[in-house]
Amino acid sequence: MQPPAVHHGAMFDTDELVINMGPQHPSTHGVLRVVLRLDGEKVVNADVVIGYLHRGIEKLSENRNWTQIILLTDRMDYVAAATSNVGYCETVEKLLSLEVPRRARYVRTILCELQRIASHCLWIGTHAMDIGAMTVFLYAFRERELILDLFEEYCGARLTYNSMRIGGLPLEIPPGWDKKVLEFCKIMDSKIDEYETLLTHNRIWLERTKGVGVIGGPEAVALGMCGPALRGSGVPRDVRKDEPYAAYDEMEFDVPIGTAGDTYDRYLVRIEEFRQSLRIIRQATQGIPEGPIVGKVPRLIKPPAGETYHAIESPKGELGYFIVSDGKSTNPYRFRVRPPSFCNLQALPRLVRGHLVADVVALIGSIDIVLGEVDR
Amino acid sequence: MVDTFVIPLLKIVIVLNATLVGVTYMVLLERKVIAWAQSRLGPMRVGPYGILQPVADAVKLMIKEDITPVRADKWLFTAAPIISMVPALIVYAVIPFGSEVSLFGRQVTLYITDINVGLLYVVSVASVGVYGIILAGYASNSKYPLLASLRASAQLISYEVAVTLTLVSVVVMAGSLSMVQIVNAQYNSHVWFVFAQPVAFVLVLIGGLAETNRAPFDLPEAEQELTGGFHTEYSGMRFALFFLAEYANMIVVSSVVTTLFLGGWLPPFPNVAAFGFLYYVPSWAWFLLKSFVFLYLFIWIRATLPRYRYDQLMNLGWKVLIPIAIANLVVTGIVRVLLL
Repeated sequence: MQPPAVHHGAMFDTDELVINMGPQHPSTHGVLRVVLRLDGEKVVNADVVIGYLHRGIEKLSENRNWTQIILLTDRMDYVAAATSNVGYCETVEKLLSLEVPRRARYVRTILCELQRIASHCLWIGTHAMDIGAMTVFLYAFRERELILDLFEEYCGARLTYNSMRIGGLPLEIPPGWDKKVLEFCKIMDSKIDEYETLLTHNRIWLERTKGVGVIGGPEAVALGMCGPALRGSGVPRDVRKDEPYAAYDEMEFDVPIGTAGDTYDRYLVRIEEFRQSLRIIRQATQGIPEGPIVGKVPRLIKPPAGETYHAIESPKGELGYFIVSDGKSTNPYRFRVRPPSFCNLQALPRLVRGHLVADVVALIGSIDIVLGEVDR
Repeated sequence: MVDTFVIPLLKIVIVLNATLVGVTYMVLLERKVIAWAQSRLGPMRVGPYGILQPVADAVKLMIKEDITPVRADKWLFTAAPIISMVPALIVYAVIPFGSEVSLFGRQVTLYITDINVGLLYVVSVASVGVYGIILAGYASNSKYPLLASLRASAQLISYEVAVTLTLVSVVVMAGSLSMVQIVNAQYNSHVWFVFAQPVAFVLVLIGGLAETNRAPFDLPEAEQELTGGFHTEYSGMRFALFFLAEYANMIVVSSVVTTLFLGGWLPPFPNVAAFGFLYYVPSWAWFLLKSFVFLYLFIWIRATLPRYRYDQLMNLGWKVLIPIAIANLVVTGIVRVLLL
């Protein structure tokens, strides 16, 4: 990092102020560190420093057998563990050319979408809190709690679920669980309106989010952005639609996109995703087919030599796994994750340039990162 | 001797203590009301329904280690919380909590003093309090507090002008700067000034939020951005002083707004004979009730609204509030001249 620049003015010389935001800061959503260079309160430049939560998950995975890795994927995006599980399991299934029963794919879809709502609940809560609206946080957590209860009933865990197995599901859904899911959908419908009442047309919210961190579609693509952050810029890229996995090819849903590519559009996109997720959950829950929950999985999982990349749409964006198998050992030869948070985070310096300190926290919130996934 | 010395002194002691107790319970009220707004319970552990929470808080803050950063400006660092707290308390000198009552056969006025420049005194003393914040940020010799103190000064010049201009139109209506006279003017003109001056009322309310650094204008503390802002480096009792000053200021603003716009200690419809029974409620009770409404409103706003950015606050102050305040003043002046 260069020393602060000195601007030589007509009357006074002014220094840039270098300020260290994080890794202990209430609004950096974990242990993100942003080194800001400020001119007054205006951000001249920002350096994102990551790695404080690095646990070497990729390297660890190369020394675990294929089933054990599911546990490790829980710890990446720890607020959306189920989608990480699904992504990994499907990648291995692709390596094994394994057919997954339709029932399992349906339940996976339901769990993924519940997870998306839970993750978006956490996002809307923290994002609004960063901008100063503290009540939304508690409201969103209230609903997230309902989802955690559903997950607890399904797999016994509330955060790191370990809720998938290669080839299907570990457990049959408990009796009556689908009714509870539908009941939750009904509750959630009105709660989304509640969040919107507090924020969507709120003058202060509009002023704080409109025109903040504008990024156009092509530039967002060039920066490797993905998920709602990319769709906010008007690029209709959604892995669920473009390369359907689980049971998404049988679901009807829309992919909301924004127009302006600012913080407000990213907000609207996620709000609409709440509704679309509920739509998917309803369809999937009402149409769960009968049948087995696990496909024909070999006793010893040892995929043939080869490599594959498979991506799913996690709540944060395109979560991809690249796995190389040497065909000899019971662990991957190479395990690589393409985390959406990491790719979105690299757009942050571009987004915050020219904005104020107060916008930095709004923008960190608006790209919705989880440091567990960024650092792995 | 008794009238000139003992009674005023007693009143000062009572008002100071009542304020400090009121302030600590204000904190509890805020925590409770916000908790209810957020479907939580709030403090429940200390005493039944948490009513002893302020005691626990006070004890905790007093026995906490008091840290002065090595590179801080020691004198200013010590002085800043005091500069913040003292104005918040001495403002109470001119606030009329009620009309006269007779105690032990002696007529006692329910205000410490009634000076003929009361409102001016309130405005000037209240603006001194901001120096506490500015100096705290400067003296901490730390970057986040420094940004906070810059924000505080930007905020000060944005709303103070607008609020003071607005208050002038109230003074034009009342024809006096004395707080007691302003209440009496509302009695004589048969109308609370909130109905005669609705625009001024809204402006002063907004300005009052900014004055007390309350949401949505709590920019100098902005926990999520500036990690606490000006009081980042403060701990223990010094931090508590800032905290108490903020809440004391909230009570001041509510009291001033009540006095200027809601007829102070007067009951509703003070001149209508049919509502004469309302006089059975003591005057100070009306005053407290009205002030409480505003305190509740402040808390409610905090639970509801996001925070402004500081350039937006300055825009609001200079481009919206000040023009409206000037227009309001001009219209008030013209109407006043034409009517009299």
